[in-house]
Amino acid sequence: MSTTAEKIIGTLPDARGHFGPYGGLFVSETLMEPLQELREAYERYMQDEDFLRELDEDLANYVGRPSPIYHARRWSEQLGGAQIYLKREDLNHTGAHKVNNTIGQALLARRMGKTRIIAETGAGQHGVATATVAARLGLECVVYMGAVDIARQEANVYRMRLLGAEVRAVSSGSKTLKDALNEAMRDWVTNVDNTFYIIGTVAGPHPYPAMVRDFQTVIGREAREQMQHQTGRLPDALVACVGGGSNAIGLFYPFLDDQDVKIYGVEAAGNGVDTGLHAAPLCAGKPGVLHGNRTYLMEDSDGQIIETHSISAGLDYPGVGPEHAWLKDSGRANYVAVTDDEALAAFHDLTRIEGIIPALESSHALAYAKKLAPEMKRDQSILINLSGRGDKDMHTVAAREGIEI
Amino acid sequence: MSRLEARFSQLKATGKKALIPFITAGDPVPDITVDLMQDLVSAGADIIELGVPFSDPMADGPVIQRASERALEHHVSLRDVMQMVSRFRELDNETPVVLMGYLNPIEIMGYETFAAQAAEAGVDGILVVDLPPEEGAELLEAMKGRGLDQIYLIAPTSTPERIKTICDAAGGFVYYVSVKGVTGASHLDLQTVESKLRDIRAVTNLPVGVGFGIKDAQTAAAVSRLADAVVVGSALVSRVEALAEEPEKIGRALEEVIASMRKAMDEV
Repeated sequence: MSTTAEKIIGTLPDARGHFGPYGGLFVSETLMEPLQELREAYERYMQDEDFLRELDEDLANYVGRPSPIYHARRWSEQLGGAQIYLKREDLNHTGAHKVNNTIGQALLARRMGKTRIIAETGAGQHGVATATVAARLGLECVVYMGAVDIARQEANVYRMRLLGAEVRAVSSGSKTLKDALNEAMRDWVTNVDNTFYIIGTVAGPHPYPAMVRDFQTVIGREAREQMQHQTGRLPDALVACVGGGSNAIGLFYPFLDDQDVKIYGVEAAGNGVDTGLHAAPLCAGKPGVLHGNRTYLMEDSDGQIIETHSISAGLDYPGVGPEHAWLKDSGRANYVAVTDDEALAAFHDLTRIEGIIPALESSHALAYAKKLAPEMKRDQSILINLSGRGDKDMHTVAAREGIEI
Repeated sequence: MSRLEARFSQLKATGKKALIPFITAGDPVPDITVDLMQDLVSAGADIIELGVPFSDPMADGPVIQRASERALEHHVSLRDVMQMVSRFRELDNETPVVLMGYLNPIEIMGYETFAAQAAEAGVDGILVVDLPPEEGAELLEAMKGRGLDQIYLIAPTSTPERIKTICDAAGGFVYYVSVKGVTGASHLDLQTVESKLRDIRAVTNLPVGVGFGIKDAQTAAAVSRLADAVVVGSALVSRVEALAEEPEKIGRALEEVIASMRKAMDEV
């Protein structure tokens, strides 16, 4: 691999939020000034020692960081190739990587004097992570969630309500994550004076893709050190699932300049990319503009956003973070897709072989690693971001297999 | 002189303010739209704002979002909307038509193709809700020399510097969003509108329209005292929605709303 490759870390986005042709600031005029305010606050506090100390303390004592790296020996043995390591984001407080970001944004909201938090959620993990930090900081919290997602993630809806959040069902459009995002934007436009919008993924208008990435890179920073400490070297490949792409960018980003580390983002192929029923904009979509940024989208020939299909609510999104779009075009990362069935098989594998029940989202990453490992040597390693735990998916998996619980 | 310029100078000469109704193209069925545009003009509309349906209308309230959904059930595309404008132009070559919508349908068509087809169809202005001037240079370039004006929104949150940037990029008229919120919201505050219009007029000679939150003849009249143009959308689209199953009655219902607004505005 080239050692003269240009450095990526620290160079993107540009001042106006562009990752090459992607990203940017495509919102209605009412939000331009609030986004400018947010940008200034984020830039200021990311240099502020007091803020960073508060964030680090919360990540350590409230979230439980650093999360461990676990060598999945039995599974690696059975696959007969590369050694598989798991970055255990499932062990974080609230059970997924989402809280790394909500803590950061909620602390920022408090510093900005905002008293009300809103969020969108798909699987409910980001909603729960937001409701959790809002409860802890005593902030009012409203979470928008598609009516379809509410039906398939009842337990998370209840958790959010227990935490004191108001969960508002969104019944427009496809009634899933994208529509929840539309509705949250509408709320923000209306209540912009006292409200902070915590976006859960690396999409949306600038500065969200960069800000959410910066809060999630704690995953990759830790993992880079831990792998060197535990195995004496960097992993040969990274694998993470990509819906909007926050857990993936969080893992990938600190490794971008390590040209020998191969990077794989795994999208949801649903019933199969060739069936059209999937959620894989990077593998099968086209560039366009949605939710404030230019990126790869699932859209029809008229530019209308089309419905996505995935067993995993957290991956059921027609867009993807603009930095992933850029990483794809630049060739630094590879984007692939696995089907619902493949993800489910990997879900069972990890559960039965390693005693870890993964989230269906993360199961997509596991499923791809399962294909990749046998093609690699035994002294090579794959680091997978196990972005969340599977407790929330019990009903989905059981229903899929004809079991009532 | 463009149709927009001609219309505004004609109104100025007679001491009247422009009434700009908004309807979504293809709502509730595609073949009614050109008729409705004519009905609006005959009831007293000066400029037509035609909404281009989009699956994810982030800046719109529920009323206009549902209008988009009804139109999309009939797969009304940007190309279809331009054909409607073409047909309207065969019947009315004076009333300016402004397309209002979101960027993605234009992106996928390509800026050059879009600008060429819009000009050919007889479109006069484009208002792309999610395209601020900072990202809009390329589209503006494609529209240049084709008689198409880029119309921009100004919001209550826009700072004086931004108002200047926007007005410098804008053509035709500028559109002041009278409330923080989505289309169809309430709480229009005349005092804030008045002071913001003063800021806008300080940096531009373009006519200034006001919209979002204008529900009835009384508000239309009050706003027309301050602005050069009054934009009314959700109040009309909710009538369309109520009569979606009886589309033959929609024209008449819209005429009533526009006629009463026209009357109230002209009495000011």
